[in-house]
Amino acid sequence: MPLGPYFVLSAILFALGLAGLFLRRNLLLILLSIEILLNSANLSLIAGSARWGDLTGQVFAFFGMTIAAAEVTVGLALAILLFRNANSVDTKEIELLKG
Amino acid sequence: MVISLTWLILWIPFFAAVLILFFLLNRPRLAGWIATGAMFLVFALSGILFLQGGIPEQTIESSIRWVALPTVTIEFGILLDGLSLLMLLMVTGVGSLIFLYSQEYMAGDKGYPRYFACLSLFAFSMLGIVLANNLVEIFIFWELVGLSSYLLIGHWFEKPEASEAGKKAFLTTRVGDVGFLLGILLVFGWLESGGEGTFNFTRLQTLLEGIRQAGDGGEALRLLTLAGLLIFLGVVGKSAQFPLHVWLPDAMEGPTPVSALIHAATMVAAGVFLLARLFFLFSASPFVLSVIAGIGTLTALLAATLAMVQNDIKRVLAYSTLSQLGLMVASLGLANPQAGMFHLATHAFFKALLFLGAGSVIHALHTQDISKMSGLLGRMPVTGWTFFVGTLALVGIFPTAGFWSKEEILGTAYRQSLPVFCLLLLTTLFTAIYMGRVFARVFLGEPKEKKTPGDPSWAMTTPLWLLAFFSLAGGFGPWKNFVPLVHEFHAPSFVALLGLGIGGGGLGAALYLYTFRPEAVARIREIAWAPRKILERKYYMDDLYEALIRYGQDRFASLCDLFERIVVVGFTVNGTARLTRWMGHLVRGLQTGRVQFYALLFSLGVTLLTYGLLLWSR
Repeated sequence: MPLGPYFVLSAILFALGLAGLFLRRNLLLILLSIEILLNSANLSLIAGSARWGDLTGQVFAFFGMTIAAAEVTVGLALAILLFRNANSVDTKEIELLKG
Repeated sequence: MVISLTWLILWIPFFAAVLILFFLLNRPRLAGWIATGAMFLVFALSGILFLQGGIPEQTIESSIRWVALPTVTIEFGILLDGLSLLMLLMVTGVGSLIFLYSQEYMAGDKGYPRYFACLSLFAFSMLGIVLANNLVEIFIFWELVGLSSYLLIGHWFEKPEASEAGKKAFLTTRVGDVGFLLGILLVFGWLESGGEGTFNFTRLQTLLEGIRQAGDGGEALRLLTLAGLLIFLGVVGKSAQFPLHVWLPDAMEGPTPVSALIHAATMVAAGVFLLARLFFLFSASPFVLSVIAGIGTLTALLAATLAMVQNDIKRVLAYSTLSQLGLMVASLGLANPQAGMFHLATHAFFKALLFLGAGSVIHALHTQDISKMSGLLGRMPVTGWTFFVGTLALVGIFPTAGFWSKEEILGTAYRQSLPVFCLLLLTTLFTAIYMGRVFARVFLGEPKEKKTPGDPSWAMTTPLWLLAFFSLAGGFGPWKNFVPLVHEFHAPSFVALLGLGIGGGGLGAALYLYTFRPEAVARIREIAWAPRKILERKYYMDDLYEALIRYGQDRFASLCDLFERIVVVGFTVNGTARLTRWMGHLVRGLQTGRVQFYALLFSLGVTLLTYGLLLWSR
């Protein structure tokens, strides 16, 4: 089983996630980008696990998903609070703390 | 029995002071009587101690371990020998009379209870010095005496002169006390390096005796000389010897009984007492003894000359105290502690008497200026005649107490050192002149005012009578037996006659001139304007100290101030702040507040770190 394509896909997904994280201003979309980042990592972990028949990679993938779920919970709560306070989910609204 | 009695004597005045300070500040009469009662009780106990045991043949000691460290043990104890018993009787005896006198003198004063509390505290500290059995303890009480003296001089602290005088006394004596402390530490450290560190007087004496017998000359002698000089510095401060004498005349701003108690009879005597207590240490070095004798003689002479031009009756007496203290110090320096302590005892009587007499005059006239007084003998006969007795005793006229003790000192000086003897004779002459001047100005001549009040009531005259009695007959008391004689000094009888002649002649001449020939006095004053000017400026000592402070201390202080402003504040304190701010300014641009930007930086950082880690692990 060749690993190359999986890693390429994972890298593309990671790059997409990073780009979304850096460029997007919408908090929801930022959270979405983070999900993509996490899942790209999961993908390469599972691919490696399948390639070498070692379950450790899959276990880590499960941990990754758990963390993603927890992170989304907190992130969405923040987004809701931001929306309540600023009537928008744009990160421009939280640029108050700057030098 | 003796020991517990002695402990009791030490603590009674302390309890009186505490009682007044905590409970009786609003009950002045009661406070006064408790303090006076405590003092009389202490005197009675000291009397019992003396009558029962006589003069202790050997020292009686009792102590508790107070501070017990691995290398240093400090005791708190009492030591009773002839010397301390003599001081005990004197301090409590004269003290209780002055307490009684204060009852009336201070009547109606706002700070009446505080005054008696401080007076009791003073008595406690003084008894502590007298009874202390080691150097640390004596130093602690030494400082306590300084404190209570400060409190009492500044009793009328609303008056700026009084509070200034208190500060001056406190700071000047502190200069000497630094030397005292250094001396104590030097002695202790030296003995400690030999494995025998101790503060205890008896042990010290045995140790020094052993060292002397071992004949270990060079280093021990050098060290004891230095230690002796340092400890003597403490004496110079407390006993107001030249050049630290400047505080005593200013201390006359305090209430007159305080001047009588502290600055004549007891506190300033503490220095002389310390000299006698540590005589074994001082006498180890002949150089120290000659310094002591020199300083004492110089003080005696200078102070006597200064007393001749003062117009404040209390200041005259203050300078006279300085002069007499110089006499005692000189006597100890001439290796005759017995004569010094004898003079200390008699001086306590007649100087307290003179001060109380002066206080009685001040109480009646509300002025201390002798040029405003005249012919009071007829109005205040008790005060006048007792003052005259005090004058005779101070000048040393036969057979008053002063004659016997002064003659001993003169005899010692004649045997030991002729220059000192001549200077002391000169001092006697000046003493006679200034006392004659004061007595003639205040008590003789025509009364100036018609409505001068008479003698005060019994609380003030009883002490006068008693002290006059002791000044007259005190010379026959057994005072000399309390202190062992170090050497025998047999002086030819013409020495006593010479002293008597000079004193009597000077006194008679001064009385005659000031009473009947004021115009002659005025002529003498005019002719001798130059020395008079110097004396009125007190040999420029105060000006010298002021200049020292202005050009020395103040300059140094402003230098320190500059250092603080530039280096401490400017460089370190504000410099740190400025550096932080500058660096913050440098990197504040990075703090944009945009989340994405942080994420970018974070990713870049992680990438760089990972890349570096990979490179490094290769």
